[in-house]
Amino acid sequence: MLKDITLGQFFPGDTLVHRLDPRTKLIAVVLYIVALFQAGGVVGYMLLILAAAACMAVSHISPKSIFKGLKPMIFIIILTGALNIFYTTGTPVLPGWIITWEGIIRAVKMILRIVLLITGTFLLTYTTSPMALTDGLELLMNPLKKIKVPVHEMTIMMSMALRFIPTLIEETDKIMSAQKARGADFETGGLIKRARALLPILVPLFVSAFRRADELAVAMESRCYHGGQGRTRMKQLRFAGIDYGALLASAAFLAGVIVLKKFGL
Amino acid sequence: MSEIRVENLSHIYSSGTPFEKTAIENIDLCIPEGQFVGLIGHTGSGKSTFIQHLNALLSPTGGRVLCGGEDINRDKQARRDVKWKVGLVFQYPEYQLFEETVYADIAFGPKNMGLSKEEIDERVREAASFVGVEEELFQRSPLEMSGGQKRRIAIAGVIAMRPGVLILDEPTAGLDPAGCRQVLDNICRYRKETGSTVIIVSHNMDDAARLTERLLVFDHGRVAMDGTPEEIFSRPQELVNIGLAVPRATAIAMALEKRGIKLAGSIYTHEQLKAAILKARGAGAC
Repeated sequence: MLKDITLGQFFPGDTLVHRLDPRTKLIAVVLYIVALFQAGGVVGYMLLILAAAACMAVSHISPKSIFKGLKPMIFIIILTGALNIFYTTGTPVLPGWIITWEGIIRAVKMILRIVLLITGTFLLTYTTSPMALTDGLELLMNPLKKIKVPVHEMTIMMSMALRFIPTLIEETDKIMSAQKARGADFETGGLIKRARALLPILVPLFVSAFRRADELAVAMESRCYHGGQGRTRMKQLRFAGIDYGALLASAAFLAGVIVLKKFGL
Repeated sequence: MSEIRVENLSHIYSSGTPFEKTAIENIDLCIPEGQFVGLIGHTGSGKSTFIQHLNALLSPTGGRVLCGGEDINRDKQARRDVKWKVGLVFQYPEYQLFEETVYADIAFGPKNMGLSKEEIDERVREAASFVGVEEELFQRSPLEMSGGQKRRIAIAGVIAMRPGVLILDEPTAGLDPAGCRQVLDNICRYRKETGSTVIIVSHNMDDAARLTERLLVFDHGRVAMDGTPEEIFSRPQELVNIGLAVPRATAIAMALEKRGIKLAGSIYTHEQLKAAILKARGAGAC
């Protein structure tokens, strides 16, 4: 049950998108998001949808898995749409209604923006392993080290957090079974009773998370880990021809969207 | 009334998806009241899945489990009630301790049963005495206890429900020899004084051979062997073929046999080994 949660899940594969350097994909996603907020007219949005669909096709990511990821966001999406429909002034759809044409158009645009934003980031996490992603992030943020931003520490924390999500989920399952065996009841009762029933799960979970963190720290220190200074990597990231091509295409795409906006398309 | 009958039990994980995996298949057996049963088998042989069916933590994808003649998966109430009848102690149970005091943690099970304060108090004290946790410790935090103590407190938390069947998944894993002995002694005493059925999952063949009356050997989701330790260890080669260890005494007897010294009978304790060697020597075999 808990195991079914997908969270930044990686689908291994060997497509063009999978082979791209993680830095390329990170930059491309950032450019895509900028384009998303630059697009003005129908043509611009069509281009954005087309680009997302093309990436999905090339990377063999099914729309189904994207929708699965969108599910938890459905509330926010609907709320945004509703707020835009009801709170935009303009010409009413029917005389006397508060719903306006402008409101509907704006709501559709906002919803499209959110959906495409999520789709774009999912395409990144679905096609890039967490390790590659953090490596790419660290290299991209490297210049920040000059102004004393602890880039390496931040990225290693991120990869560790990602690494321990499945472990903690498994642990939660185990603790839940153990407490159920002692007659704990998680299913019945009101909100307060149910919240209280979580205590027998949360306390052991926190205790074990701290224990794990301690053990991990000792294990890292005993292997002479001392932060990012002078650290080399086993897998060196290198830009290849396709990376330059992909970056160029992304930049051209953003420029195109901006130009289209100038023409009001 | 705590005879356990398992009829044609199967469990398939993630049924109907590409990750489908059969954990146990067509298990048929009966465990009479008061029996001391040992469960042995590899990791992934289906032992853990099996024991979680006995108190309705998992529901069968095929077959039935009966406790005292009634189907434990009959309805929601039955699934909950069976937890008091069949107490399950998981592996590393100390990781489930959560209350502020030792007393409150042992009382968690009885409290969930909806017992009166006096009744709970009586059961906590009884359970604590079974596992040798002194009353001075009652108001301390369970988290500051030693590993062996934590383990015994966690076992007391299940014993306090007075289950007619007590199941323990590797109760001695990760304990030092003294801690192991203590835990096993506690379990034996509980069984002797209450007449409960005890089912113990163990990787330690010497313990399994020494303590239990009946052994179930699991292999690939099926019961490969079922019998008294004497019967099981009279066919040590089958255990070795499954990839399991045999008790040390049995291993020595097997090694001697390979060198041409055949010892008589089923050998799984040091005493039996000694007697058999002396007998063989008397007969002039070596």
